[in-house]
Amino acid sequence: MGTTDAGPASAGPAGADTPETNRISHPLRPGRWAAAGLTALVLIWLGWTIAVNPNLHWDVVVAYQFDDVILDGLWVTIQLTVASMVIGVILGVIVALMQVSDSRMLRTGAMAYVWFFRGTPLLVQLIFWFNIALIFPEIGLGVPFDGPKLVTWETNALVTGFVAALLGLSINEGAYMSEIVRAGLRAVDPGQQEAAAALGMSRAKIMRRVVLPQAMRIIVPPTGNQFISMLKTTSLVSVIAGADLLTVAQRLYLTNFEVIALLIVASIWYLVLTTVASIGQYFLERRFSRGFGGTVPDTLRGRIGRNLRFSGLAR
Amino acid sequence: MTAPMVQCRALRKSFGRIEVLRGIDLTIARGQVVCVVGPSGSGKSTLLRCLNHLEEPQSGRVYVDGELIGYEERGGTLRPLSDARLRRQRESIGMVFQRFHLFPHRTALENVMEGLVAVKGIGAADARRRAAELLDRVGLADRAQHYPAQLSGGQQQRVAIARSLAMEPKLMLFDEPTSALDPELVGEVLAVMKDLAATGMTMIVVTHEMGFAREVGDHLVFMDEGLIIEQGPPREVLGAPRHDRTRAFLSKVL
Ligand SMILES: Nc1ncnc2c1ncn2[C@@H]1O[C@H](COP(=O)(O)OP(=O)(O)OP(=O)(O)O)[C@@H](O)[C@H]1O
Ligand SMILES: [Mg+2]
Repeated sequence: MGTTDAGPASAGPAGADTPETNRISHPLRPGRWAAAGLTALVLIWLGWTIAVNPNLHWDVVVAYQFDDVILDGLWVTIQLTVASMVIGVILGVIVALMQVSDSRMLRTGAMAYVWFFRGTPLLVQLIFWFNIALIFPEIGLGVPFDGPKLVTWETNALVTGFVAALLGLSINEGAYMSEIVRAGLRAVDPGQQEAAAALGMSRAKIMRRVVLPQAMRIIVPPTGNQFISMLKTTSLVSVIAGADLLTVAQRLYLTNFEVIALLIVASIWYLVLTTVASIGQYFLERRFSRGFGGTVPDTLRGRIGRNLRFSGLAR
Repeated sequence: MTAPMVQCRALRKSFGRIEVLRGIDLTIARGQVVCVVGPSGSGKSTLLRCLNHLEEPQSGRVYVDGELIGYEERGGTLRPLSDARLRRQRESIGMVFQRFHLFPHRTALENVMEGLVAVKGIGAADARRRAAELLDRVGLADRAQHYPAQLSGGQQQRVAIARSLAMEPKLMLFDEPTSALDPELVGEVLAVMKDLAATGMTMIVVTHEMGFAREVGDHLVFMDEGLIIEQGPPREVLGAPRHDRTRAFLSKVL
């Protein structure tokens, strides 16, 4: 597109030289010590009240933490997260490629998709997919526009709670992922495509071997955040009987009334999942920053802490 | 054998309403080193990019080694070549950019291997061996495992030249290959290009390095406002320019 010699060098500025290795003796800061002491005190007090609180029923928490029903729900949550992220990423890449294509029709279709699915609440979409049978009682395979059908299915038999959850989550995720992928594609210097084209590479290979690997560096960190967010977002499917972790926890406390204990059980599992995912994210990011200075933006512990701090902010 | 390596006929290229190339005629014999000079915006880069069809000209023809670039002629009309055949043509025309455009996610060796593996379909072991030879030829055997970000500008440009040479092109295009370099790094790149010229490679070099043009160039082309104003042996054009615009330009550059 642009002239070959446009744009500044991609190399970033060298970091300001911070004399971290120099030993500097700081004066005592009584205020800071007091604040630290107070924080420690509050934490200990909080932990103690939680531990001894007779209303929290820790014995129930322990009893249910590895309960078969809970573990089944946990497994459904993992499956839902992984499956809807995989489909979401695939959709996102396809839609992003449509968005950058030369065809106006493809671009318009992609735009409409993103506009619709980002502009309506996921909860509404989930309930919609769950009730899709109200609009399309049968789903058939054959000639479109009311032509003859090869096979037809009862929609209600096909779209179970799990399938509706998968449809809702992955199609919604695709819209968000397409924006992430597109930002990644745009971040790659157009000169890269030219250099590859000048070597005689095909468009598909240029995408796969040159553009996407570089876009990955931009795409992977927010995708990891999407994944972690998805682990928690799956809990929304409890409204359509998705059989996920929160659904089964709710089912249990509706019979035994241990509401808080079972929510704690579920929360502990969510924390385990997001922590494990954060560790995976750290290593993935390190893998994809090859050739770009090789530095990882975060320490492992910092990354986990940061993700957990964002835990309350699922979209 | 007798066909010139490059032949441009009445080449025109516009971007929107701006005509950037306004009828370029240029013939370059096999093994010649042609330097192209001219003020910024005169269309030098666009000319190079038309030669390997990175830009599609509005009219005119480009022949490389007797072969019409980008089109096939059928009953007097030109039809765009299939992607596959265009890629074939690009394979045989190397291009070196001002800003190198090395693949940052691949090491120096992998950059040179890329075309061999992804375009020529050569096996990894074979490609690795040939890439190593080429890196050695541009004096970077000891930098094979470095990523571009870990190399100096001069080293990156030498890797980029090796990457192009790996395709065994018949023609090499250089678009201001030393303009982005610190002055002390220009020499190492020009030296590699000089060696390449000595092997008989046909080269078109857009450059502001008049020393290189005089010493290595066989032919000098001066462009302004989308036209070739003057051309001839470098010593003549540089020493006794016939055209006012050439004189004005050279007085600023030299
Ligand atoms: N893709 C493009 N779209 C629109 N205008 C363009 C495009 N590429 C080049 N131009 C314009 O064409 C003219 C010639 O550009 P070109 O890059 O060929 O000049 P040049 O001789 O290489 O200049 P320089 O010495 O600055 O590299 C310029 O006015 C430029 O703005
Ligand atoms: Mg230019």
